[in-house]
Amino acid sequence: MIRTALRWAVTAVLIPLVSVLSGFLVGALAILAAGADPTQAYLALFQGAFTNHNALAETLLSSTPYVFLGLALALGFRAGLFNIGAEGQFYIGSLSGVFIAYSIHGLPAVIEVPLALLAGMLGGAFYAGIAGALKARFGAHEVITTIMLNYVSFLIASYLVDTPGLMLAPNVSTPRTPDADPGAVLPIILSGSRLHLGFILALLTVPVVWFLIERTTIGFRLRAVGFNQGAARTAGISVSWTIVLTMALSGALAGLAGIVQVLGVDIHMTDTVAAGYGFDAIAVALLARSNPWGVLPAALLFGALHNGASFMQLQTQVSSDLISIVQASVIIFVAAPSIVGWLFRLRRASGETVRITQREVDAPVS
Amino acid sequence: MDLAVDWGQVHALLGENGAGKSTLMNVVYGLVRPDAGEIEFDGRQVQIRSPLDAIRLGIGMVHQHFMLIPPLTVAENIVLGNEVAKYGVVDLDEASLKVESLSRRFGLQVNPRERISDLSVGVQQRVEILKALYRGARLLILDEPTAVLTPQEIRGLFDVVHALVAEGKAVIFITHKLAEVMEIANTITVMRRGQVVATTTPSEATPADLARMMVGRPVLLRVEKKPATPGRGVLAVDDIVVLDDRHHVAVDHVSLDVRAGEIVGVAGVEGNGQNELVEAIMGLRPIRSGHVRVEGADLSHTTTHQRLRSGLGLIPPDRHRMGVILELSVADNLVLDDYDHAPFARWLVRQFDAIRSYAQKLVKTFDIRVQTPEQPAGSLSGGNQQKVVVARELGTLPKLLIAGQPTRGVDVGSIEFIQRQLVGERDRGLAVLLVSSELDEVLSLSDRVAVMYRGRVVAVLDARDADRERIGLLMAGAA
Amino acid sequence: MTDFLHQLDPISLLSITLITATPLTLAALGGMMCERSGVVNIALEGIMLTGAFIGYGVAFFTHNLWIGVAAAVASGMLIASLHAVLSISFLVDQIVSGMVINILAVGITGVFYRTYLESATTAGPGTLPHWDIPVLSSIPVVGPILFENQFVTYAMLILIFVVHFVLFRTVWGLRTRACGEHPRAAETAGINVYFVRYVNVIASGALAGLGGAYFSLQQIGNFLPNMTGGRGFIALAAMIFGKWTPLGAFAASLLFSGSDQIGSRMQSVFHVGVPLQFLGMLPYVLTIIVVAGAMGRAIAPAAVGRPYKKGS
Repeated sequence: MIRTALRWAVTAVLIPLVSVLSGFLVGALAILAAGADPTQAYLALFQGAFTNHNALAETLLSSTPYVFLGLALALGFRAGLFNIGAEGQFYIGSLSGVFIAYSIHGLPAVIEVPLALLAGMLGGAFYAGIAGALKARFGAHEVITTIMLNYVSFLIASYLVDTPGLMLAPNVSTPRTPDADPGAVLPIILSGSRLHLGFILALLTVPVVWFLIERTTIGFRLRAVGFNQGAARTAGISVSWTIVLTMALSGALAGLAGIVQVLGVDIHMTDTVAAGYGFDAIAVALLARSNPWGVLPAALLFGALHNGASFMQLQTQVSSDLISIVQASVIIFVAAPSIVGWLFRLRRASGETVRITQREVDAPVS
Repeated sequence: MDLAVDWGQVHALLGENGAGKSTLMNVVYGLVRPDAGEIEFDGRQVQIRSPLDAIRLGIGMVHQHFMLIPPLTVAENIVLGNEVAKYGVVDLDEASLKVESLSRRFGLQVNPRERISDLSVGVQQRVEILKALYRGARLLILDEPTAVLTPQEIRGLFDVVHALVAEGKAVIFITHKLAEVMEIANTITVMRRGQVVATTTPSEATPADLARMMVGRPVLLRVEKKPATPGRGVLAVDDIVVLDDRHHVAVDHVSLDVRAGEIVGVAGVEGNGQNELVEAIMGLRPIRSGHVRVEGADLSHTTTHQRLRSGLGLIPPDRHRMGVILELSVADNLVLDDYDHAPFARWLVRQFDAIRSYAQKLVKTFDIRVQTPEQPAGSLSGGNQQKVVVARELGTLPKLLIAGQPTRGVDVGSIEFIQRQLVGERDRGLAVLLVSSELDEVLSLSDRVAVMYRGRVVAVLDARDADRERIGLLMAGAA
Repeated sequence: MTDFLHQLDPISLLSITLITATPLTLAALGGMMCERSGVVNIALEGIMLTGAFIGYGVAFFTHNLWIGVAAAVASGMLIASLHAVLSISFLVDQIVSGMVINILAVGITGVFYRTYLESATTAGPGTLPHWDIPVLSSIPVVGPILFENQFVTYAMLILIFVVHFVLFRTVWGLRTRACGEHPRAAETAGINVYFVRYVNVIASGALAGLGGAYFSLQQIGNFLPNMTGGRGFIALAAMIFGKWTPLGAFAASLLFSGSDQIGSRMQSVFHVGVPLQFLGMLPYVLTIIVVAGAMGRAIAPAAVGRPYKKGS
């Protein structure tokens, strides 16, 4: 009993913790190399994330999309799928959701909001389903197809938002969509800040995804396929359908992230897209070790990083891209616990293959 | 751990699956490092840290699963690591010449320019042996070499072994087959659970003695069974054609039938279409033409899931890739076929109580050694994992069970158990299609024996009329 | 007809196609060496970006383009060795390791660009000179396309044949292919699989790093954040489409860059009413079609993507 509890403590808590610290260490080195003072930089980061006026609310706000996206990626990982296309699904979901949001008028919020959210989820699900179908039918590896679809989604967004007669709002100075109907906007839950209902939604989604993975037949088949496609197939599980379904569910979550962002923060969509969500989502899911509950603290961490980074850049001239370095280092240390062990002389690592994605080992990648 | 091998001798290393024979030889070949102990070669103590060291000493090894690279040619495979080259550029002509002269010397016919992927298994083995000889092997280790050969090819192999020994070389012959050991070996070392338990010779020990040494207790070498009383027809395979992964015909107009209460065994060297036949019957591979009928219903175009629910069951030949999901619990594995149906699930939500009680029932019935059904299947021994698969399939009360290599890689105790289960179920009216490359297993369990060669069923015999010699010829395409 | 041809300007089209195919081909060659030995390398994008950045940075501070090119190659090798260490020695999932490199590259180039280069006021080192090869460049049609180029493009053309030769005719190439198809068999033949994979991964870094130098030192003469724009991933598709052969990768790269060029020509020459964005999508959609249709699964090196543990 004690031994299993201890082992859990090490793998679920200690390793991620040490990985994060190691990541910050590497970040500190990078800051030094960039000619700045790490303590100053990290102090600014911390202030920007937590202690400045409204910083905490902003951090929670920034974390919201990461929760959804982290869940999306984690779901995919459990089935052995690498959904790097979360970013593209995010935007397609935003597009489909915002379209509903500005097109319907006058209905009560309790109808408009779910409708818009649903539209966002369906958009993301559909877009991810394309990659899923390509993989299921043709064996096209989802890493390449989803990355390509990401680029395509940027162009689609640009096209729809810039073209008059499509999603371009009339009489605006910069290209953007019309504002969402007031009935569809997510209310602020903390007055004086920008923190909106979407955050609560994100919190609620975590147990839902957990339940899906651990307690339902869908989750079971997802995990079975993720562990061993051959055995799943022999037992009558349709691997193709599982792949498509998983991608669609993952895409739905990513699309949800997108529409929640629109309905809670921007109220409309512009034609420029801020890239980077997708990579962050991978980091969140990896840090959470594909566990839905772990996504919460991981998402909060990255939300804090994101929020604090702009203040850090303001104060110390260290580019906000620094957090990419921290992120990458954190992933390295999470993905290779043996490195952490080797560095800190912990128990001798066994050299086991770290099965982050639990992919069918036999399927070649490209 | 003590083993002594002399020059000019065939030394057999005998033991059941998992006894440690391959591991020991992997140490000798430098693939595995020993934790303690020493190796002496030709009277001198040596350190073997990698295959390179072993090769330099004159040790060659032919593995159970060939170490050949399919897209490359025979010559390329043989010279790999010891290439014939000028300034780093490979000289394939020179290499081919060398291969040809070696091949003539030892009577191992090969074409140096053919691709490995185009060669039959027997020829591939010849390439493997040539590989070792090319590097100047004086001690040749053969790991389960006869597993993939027809009885005639086995004769050919024995001839080669005799030729090598006549030249003064030494051969270590790893096997778990008693009959072969009695025939080919000069000395026999028996291993059990990682230890040497005896060293003897064929003149001093009988097969029964050897079996006892291998297992530690008296072993039944044949399964006791009453004659079958077959009932109505259950499976009817009707003139089916199935393609393999490279779109060649693997199953060539095969018709077969299995009745309730009988075991039909399919004998044949692996790779003659048996796997494709099994996959086609189960819906894991499409049928190009022909039909598969179960109790009259045409299932040829249904999904695997539908066929499982129609009363088919499969013990897959490859346990790890197709049978058990090691990371899931034993209980999950036991309900793998039916996880989404009542009582194991209601409206998409899994019912863990029902799953647990079902699992406990099966664990008891099939004597699966676990502490709790919740532990991961990967923590079980090979034999127990196979019992999980058997339990799962029999637990669904099928009408037809296809058993593909049901006792491969399984300890003797579990082998006995599984074989008795199959016969027992057959007595209760189950129709069984047994596909096994272990000829002895097929002969001892089956009521009727079909022989597959090159995708066709070349004969279907009553078990009474089947003798090893005749079947062997049929397996090789002769007679 | 001649008017149409004149408008299309095929010679210029082919010439630009060849030039823009340079980074794709180089990265694809790198990816191929890597995958042929059994290691997946989706970090090509990050390696190219790093090469572009370091190459430019070094050239900027030393006022010497050639040192910059060398630095680009060296930095590619360095960052590729991180991928090698992670995936070969620490058995990290190769895709994760590759993505990490990509993220790291964005971070590193972003941070140090901002600190050292963004606000630079002095003039940059310029771009690599054009070298017209006498006699050969006067051959009609082919001459101007092939023989009036800059260094990186020439290097690419030569490297295609070098890589082909190494892979299929030398001892090293044979062993590389063995490690990618059946590493255990290679090990039993006495080959050090780790060593072979390490060297190939680092070599792929050198090639991709050189490809990165194309962007900052040959094409523009400056560094812009994320200037590689997904080309590293398109290079992967080119590698697959080319069936993991150098000439195939080259042909595929030409196809990709050609489609890009034709797309923009269509707009200006034919005044086709297709929206700009859709033309921009062409290379990406083409990549998807290729990856789906090329059935890469069947012909990839058999052991690619699987970490290898000695004695396993």
